[in-house]
Amino acid sequence: MLAAAFFYLFAAMTVGSGAMVIVARNPVHAVLFLILAFFNAAGLFVLLGAEFLAMILVVVYVGAVAVLFLFVVMMLDVDFAALRAGFIKNAPLGAVVGLVLLAELILVLGIKIVKPGALAPAMAPIPTAGSGISNTEAIGRVLYTKYVYYFEGAGLILLVAMIGAIVLTLRHKVGVKRQSIGHQVARHKATAMQVVKVRSGEAAIPAPAAGDGATERIGR
Amino acid sequence: MSVGLGHFLTVAAVLFTLGIFGIFLNRKNVIVILMSIELMLLAVNINLVAFSAFIGDLVGQLFALFVLTVAAGEAAIGLAIVVVYFRNRGSIAVEDINLMKG
Repeated sequence: MLAAAFFYLFAAMTVGSGAMVIVARNPVHAVLFLILAFFNAAGLFVLLGAEFLAMILVVVYVGAVAVLFLFVVMMLDVDFAALRAGFIKNAPLGAVVGLVLLAELILVLGIKIVKPGALAPAMAPIPTAGSGISNTEAIGRVLYTKYVYYFEGAGLILLVAMIGAIVLTLRHKVGVKRQSIGHQVARHKATAMQVVKVRSGEAAIPAPAAGDGATERIGR
Repeated sequence: MSVGLGHFLTVAAVLFTLGIFGIFLNRKNVIVILMSIELMLLAVNINLVAFSAFIGDLVGQLFALFVLTVAAGEAAIGLAIVVVYFRNRGSIAVEDINLMKG
């Protein structure tokens, strides 16, 4: 009974804050409602017995993704009011598509597709409550043995995403002098020195040698 | 009245529909579109975890974990592209993003 009450609380909060995400006038409020939706979805996960995923949802989504959204929304100097033009005009089409999709999904839910005995035996059965194995430990036992390659692949995806985001947004300031150790080490006498014969009464202005520069300008 | 699989699937279906509705509603704002995509991925995750719990198979939760990974990477790359685009063009309206139309 208590679980049912909490289910309805979390479900109502998730759907309500999800609705606020898309209709909020201020994008900062939209991000904050997104955080609320994630928190309540984590509550739903706890009700389902998936504590590890619930905590991951809070840490990864609320701690990283939502804060990233918040930074970007606050950093960009965009007139968000202008971007809302046509908000009402687009609503009927969106409502029609959304209602059709919702009707389809609910029709699917109303049909019993899976016969009770027709399911394949579980690939990785969830340990029973009496076995003393927590949800986190059970996930670890499966993830690091049977699905270790997928785990490594997920790590690779995150690495690519990280490098991609850095490469996209990194900017070198033009006109900042930086030390280039490679150039310093690669200097030798032929490129660094220049012997100039100076006749008396004349000024000698040597041309800068190629590769001359213990410091150099880096910039795009 | 006990809470069954259908209850969780209904919540996920409503959340997914909200995500699609959000894309239609905020057709000009890339950031809100990205947030709507996050909502849809959350709905998918709720589906996966609900089936995992009611079938008794842990693999659904593992798959939800991988969906989470990809969603985080997608958000990072998408927001980086938005930031770079805003630096270059000073706008993030969707109809202005047509440099590659050919």
